[in-house]
Amino acid sequence: MKRIGVLALQGAVREHVQMLEALGCEAVLVKHRQDLMKIDGLILPGGESTTMRKLLDRFELLEPIQNLAQQGLPMFGTCAGLILLANNLVGDKPHLAVMNVTVARNSYGRQVDSFEIKVDIPKIGNAIPAVFIRAPHIEAVGQDVEVLAQHEGRIILAQDGHLLGCSFHPELTADTRILEYFVVSIV
Amino acid sequence: MMKQTGTELVKRGMAEMQKGGVIMDVINAEQAKIAEAAGAVAVMALERVPSDIRKAGGVARMADPRIVEEVMGAVSIPVMAKARIGHIVEARVLEAMGVDYIDESEVLTPADEEYHLLKSDYTVPFVCGCRDLGEATRRIGEGAAMLRTKGEPGTGNIVEAVRHIRKVNAQIRKVVGMTEDELMTEAKSLGAPFGLLREIKRLGRLPVVNFAAGGVATPADAALMMELGADGVFVGSGIFKSDNPEKFARAIVEATTHYKNYKLIADISKELGVPMKGIDIAQLGQNERMQERGW
Repeated sequence: MKRIGVLALQGAVREHVQMLEALGCEAVLVKHRQDLMKIDGLILPGGESTTMRKLLDRFELLEPIQNLAQQGLPMFGTCAGLILLANNLVGDKPHLAVMNVTVARNSYGRQVDSFEIKVDIPKIGNAIPAVFIRAPHIEAVGQDVEVLAQHEGRIILAQDGHLLGCSFHPELTADTRILEYFVVSIV
Repeated sequence: MMKQTGTELVKRGMAEMQKGGVIMDVINAEQAKIAEAAGAVAVMALERVPSDIRKAGGVARMADPRIVEEVMGAVSIPVMAKARIGHIVEARVLEAMGVDYIDESEVLTPADEEYHLLKSDYTVPFVCGCRDLGEATRRIGEGAAMLRTKGEPGTGNIVEAVRHIRKVNAQIRKVVGMTEDELMTEAKSLGAPFGLLREIKRLGRLPVVNFAAGGVATPADAALMMELGADGVFVGSGIFKSDNPEKFARAIVEATTHYKNYKLIADISKELGVPMKGIDIAQLGQNERMQERGW
């Protein structure tokens, strides 16, 4: 059974845990450094990226997660998680800076502009529900980064080797296909 | 599917992203920045914090839009604002300004003593207060995408928030344990929409997040509410009425995340200075109890 960590400082932790368990994985809540031992992958959930960053610093998790990403541990960031992973942030300093993408925060507007759609992702499946909440988007990708989905000309899902990031929240829906892609094909 | 805004999923999902976090009351850009730097997941833009509303008396209304705008311009985290219960136009004004969440709040003087807003009508999501499962489900029925305990705002006294979270959660446990054929009578006695009780029984919890509010004055108070099953914490007067708001705000955020780590809570509670003074609820007259507002 694969053991997948979920960064549990704040945000949509419960949803990822439930989905991982539905996919037959063991979910491990990550609140301290020692929780990072013996995991096969790590999920950085949706939430508030500024809050998570403060807590990553305060509880000395930033560097260990950075090291694990550099050593090849598969990671999947959704929304705020994508912001944490990105090498570059528009108008802000990066956080983990491990995934070769440039991300713009709140790039669809405020909460009244938040929306849901269905997207076709050739590598994963069709009509996958995607919920965008004060969402970021991927403005540019570096070499060897695969763009997996776009919406209205904006990149919303990309893979940089063992790192997967999306600007929406697969964890808020009942559709497990994107997470399944992560745990089966990347982890 | 076309792009859809303001759906139930989008509105409730926004609150799901706030889980495990602290939402802080602020009255200007400077306080908002302190809150953001301390790790708040959102700020509530107000003209006065609840304890000052208590002191000032008179009619408490929606904040001056200039203050809300100032706060929205100062931070990148979500900004919430309060509208009076049943005040359709205050709510529409806040929505038009692009506020991220509206609190239809008993802290302000109600505009309607019979009806709450039909919150499902709006694109912007709403949070509402509750003291029991009947009140909670009536608000969800009207379209609230997030709940919070009412507690007793502006008192710095946690006792009412504890009463409310315990009551809601005990009533949820009761519903979950009931058989289907008992639910209608329970709906009648709670004054709760039947369909929502069925949904709660199926999910084993409320279909929206429920934060703690109304009296959180220390990091230990915040951790207590998490221990009792709150999804997160609103802190009103507690932070900026304390001696050292920066330190205090950070401590509340850390205690909320690590609410079972008592050594840590001991550590961060050291030399925080004097918390807000607080009020014994028994000393409040019936007409001074904000929690009685709402129906």
